[in-house]
Amino acid sequence: MYEMIAGLETHVELNTKTKIFCSCTTGFGGEPNTHCCPVCVGLPGTLPVLNEQAVNYAIKAGLALNCRINPLSKMDRKNYFYPDLPKAYQITQHEKPLCEDGYVRLKSGKTVRIKRIHIEEDAGKLIHENGNTFVDYNRGGVPLIEIVTEPDFRSADEIREYIGKLQLIIRYTGISDVRMQEGSLRCDVNISVRPQGAQTLGTRTEIKNMNSLSFISKALRYEFDRQTALLESGGEVVQETRRFNEKTGKTESMRSKEDAHDYRYFPEPDLVDILVDEQRVEAIRAALPEMPDAREKRYLSEYGIPEPDCANICKYRRISEYFDEVCKYIKTPKTAANLITSHIFKRFPTEADKERFDISVSPEMLAELIELAESGGINSSVVKKTLEKMLDTGRRACELVDESDMSGIGEEELNAVCRRAVEANPKAIADFRGGKQAALMPLVGFVMKETRGRADAARARAVIEKMAGG
Amino acid sequence: MGNINKLHDMLVGKQLSSRELAQMYIGAIQSENGRLNAFSHTTPETALAAADAADKRIASGGDIPLLCGIPMALKANISTCGIVTDCCSKMLDGYRPIFDATVWQKLTAEGAVLLGKTNMDEFAMGSSTENSCHGTTSNPFDFNKVAGGSSGGSAAAVSANLAVYSLGSDTGGSVRQPASFCGVFGLKPTYGAVSRYGLIAYASSLEQIGVIAGDSEDCAVVFDAISGRDPRDSRSVDVFAAPSRRLDSAKGVKIGIPREFYDSLCPDVAKALSNAAAVYRSLGAQLVQVSLPTLKYALPVYYILACAEASSNLGRYDGIRFGYRAQGGENAHEIARRTRTEGFGAEVRRRILLGTFVLSSGYYDEYYKKANLLRKSITADFENCLKQCDILLAPTAPTAAFRRGIAVSDPVKTYQSDICTVSANIAGLPAAAVPCGFDADGMPIGMQLIGRAFCEHTLLDAAHIFETATERIYIKNSRLGVQL
Repeated sequence: MYEMIAGLETHVELNTKTKIFCSCTTGFGGEPNTHCCPVCVGLPGTLPVLNEQAVNYAIKAGLALNCRINPLSKMDRKNYFYPDLPKAYQITQHEKPLCEDGYVRLKSGKTVRIKRIHIEEDAGKLIHENGNTFVDYNRGGVPLIEIVTEPDFRSADEIREYIGKLQLIIRYTGISDVRMQEGSLRCDVNISVRPQGAQTLGTRTEIKNMNSLSFISKALRYEFDRQTALLESGGEVVQETRRFNEKTGKTESMRSKEDAHDYRYFPEPDLVDILVDEQRVEAIRAALPEMPDAREKRYLSEYGIPEPDCANICKYRRISEYFDEVCKYIKTPKTAANLITSHIFKRFPTEADKERFDISVSPEMLAELIELAESGGINSSVVKKTLEKMLDTGRRACELVDESDMSGIGEEELNAVCRRAVEANPKAIADFRGGKQAALMPLVGFVMKETRGRADAARARAVIEKMAGG
Repeated sequence: MGNINKLHDMLVGKQLSSRELAQMYIGAIQSENGRLNAFSHTTPETALAAADAADKRIASGGDIPLLCGIPMALKANISTCGIVTDCCSKMLDGYRPIFDATVWQKLTAEGAVLLGKTNMDEFAMGSSTENSCHGTTSNPFDFNKVAGGSSGGSAAAVSANLAVYSLGSDTGGSVRQPASFCGVFGLKPTYGAVSRYGLIAYASSLEQIGVIAGDSEDCAVVFDAISGRDPRDSRSVDVFAAPSRRLDSAKGVKIGIPREFYDSLCPDVAKALSNAAAVYRSLGAQLVQVSLPTLKYALPVYYILACAEASSNLGRYDGIRFGYRAQGGENAHEIARRTRTEGFGAEVRRRILLGTFVLSSGYYDEYYKKANLLRKSITADFENCLKQCDILLAPTAPTAAFRRGIAVSDPVKTYQSDICTVSANIAGLPAAAVPCGFDADGMPIGMQLIGRAFCEHTLLDAAHIFETATERIYIKNSRLGVQL
């Protein structure tokens, strides 16, 4: 039996307004080479100026992922030739990263250790067309953070859970869209295998540039089988960089250790040290929203919300904030959670919809509806109908209820109708008194019919029982 | 009175128009540049247009900047929008930047009149301006000798009166050594005093744009115009935040004589230096013997760091986006390889290879890292000396200008000629080359004044005191060019 040992390097594009070393826009899309200036295409004589907002965003990520923020960090040059890298070096952090030693906790309680988070610039893009290759530098210089874990993963599922968690946390901080399809989140996976129980690590391979969860799973499965088979047959794993071929579902060698780049890192002489004092860190920490884990816990312990609902609400920062807002006005958060997850969710079918959560019903309005229901003014089927109308029209619950005469009936009216039901059905009353519980059902039906559904069935039954019993 | 002040008074007093002045210089360049090769690219139309604008500005009155209407030159590695800035390399053949260097922006705002771009060693790598794709610059004092380098064209142009002043760049002595060889004044400012934005990079942590002028007074005017914090250069500093100490006289000024600088000087240079020290002593300065024990490491430290940075800075020349592109080449790497092989000269290739080597894994610790540690020791040594004294007096070069052809035949020996200048770049300190004598052949000799960080004006004052005391006898421009 073999076990998988894997670590992850995740690149996250920061959604700052401008690039990391110049004032060009970071906007996605745009005609090729229109989001460019002399600095980000590396014209001779240009110099980088660090975007402080990118540093703040990286600190946000670091704090949200439980890292230590280094008071002094440095930028370095990573030298290599590739046409998408106009200066022939990437400005990154090698020796002294901005954030170190964090962690992410998985559902099982296991922690995945984060070794470091550093800031760097993105490269441009090569476009291959009709046998020609073109370069688009729009993406060049967009700020990135690279989040590096320790080799703490033992399965593809753990990696998937980690990435999901990472996306959730990063989305909460608001520093990136973390969309794998758009490339604002990209992963490199390091993987090795070893016999179960072994203490030393095997030789690892690195699979570069994974941009979908299902590819990551497929690539890991393939690579695990490949490495295991190699060892089983007495062979050796070669340390190398591999890529996942989406068509064949296999990983293939890109370059071996011997051909590995020598990046010739050295301190970036055009920039000064990044100094971050405690005040700045604390200001950023104070401005961070409550993280999803903490929120879930709070919903569970303070509100007694069922666990799946907690998770579902906390999955979207806006929805969770909406929920919290509603809870300020009401005494029964459970009802709110239920309405949100079972009714409101249906109006926001896609993930993107839920993230945006463009809702016409304000938290106060939803709270008002819940109050109406709680005070017995309307029954649950009316609540649902009213909510649907509110979502359609953006109007208040009381207006809608009055208009369609959906408001419940008062104590007096209910008593009167129930009395009529009891008087009109002496046989049923006798049967009930004889111990036949179901005998009262037609009477409740009578009340509902008489009130055109405005009465609360449970309350009607209680009144009738009392009358029958008395 | 320096030339700039004199010309300014004439221009403002309408004794001379800026157009007339520019025409004089353009004419002089036309007749002299053929044999001097100080300019690699001339811009007469730009100059006349700027001169006309200056004349208009003067006619409209108001506060006229000192540099308004004054003809000048820029080294070929300082970016000028729309004007060839080729670093005297085939690699940047015909390259016209789409933006101005900060220094040129500032000078343009003052109304400067650009006569052209000056010759230099390719990408500023060299000490003789012999590594230029446009040929060697001659020394105005003796055409068989070099003007020094790498800002040889800038120094020769001022020395031969083909420009009132010029800007060069100094990575390891490239302003001071040619100034010294050509008998003119050269200032390498403190690292960070002048914006590097638009200076085509050779060794980013060492280089500064510097001034070459007739004397200390002219140099001061230009330095004040180009220095200051620039938001586009993160390492630039607000020099006006803490003005340097000014000197009225040499009385009580402590001048350090760092003995390590005086090893293996040629006799004429040694004589000129001891004469300069005697002048200061006679004016009441206190001479202090000081020592910089780590100075012996300065040369290897410089060549390791400069080459390392160069290997990275010059990576962008791949023939893909701008500049020269070699014929053929099946893919991007092949295009880059061919372009770099054909586009770079021998000295540039040598330094890229050296720099790539010292940064390679397995050698990094032994070379780059060690050099960086030694850089700190050398800097500390200077700080220590400059605690004991106000300025240091040293030679600028061990010899006066040498004959053409020597540097090319023995590169290592040429590297050694930078021994006196590289340390100020390593420590980031301001240093000035001040004419202080002539050798037996009549070739100029320059002394070097090194000061505390951001104390350029202390150096300039000390130089001015020397110039006045010696009745400007060492400021003897060649008889070429415009005679003012």
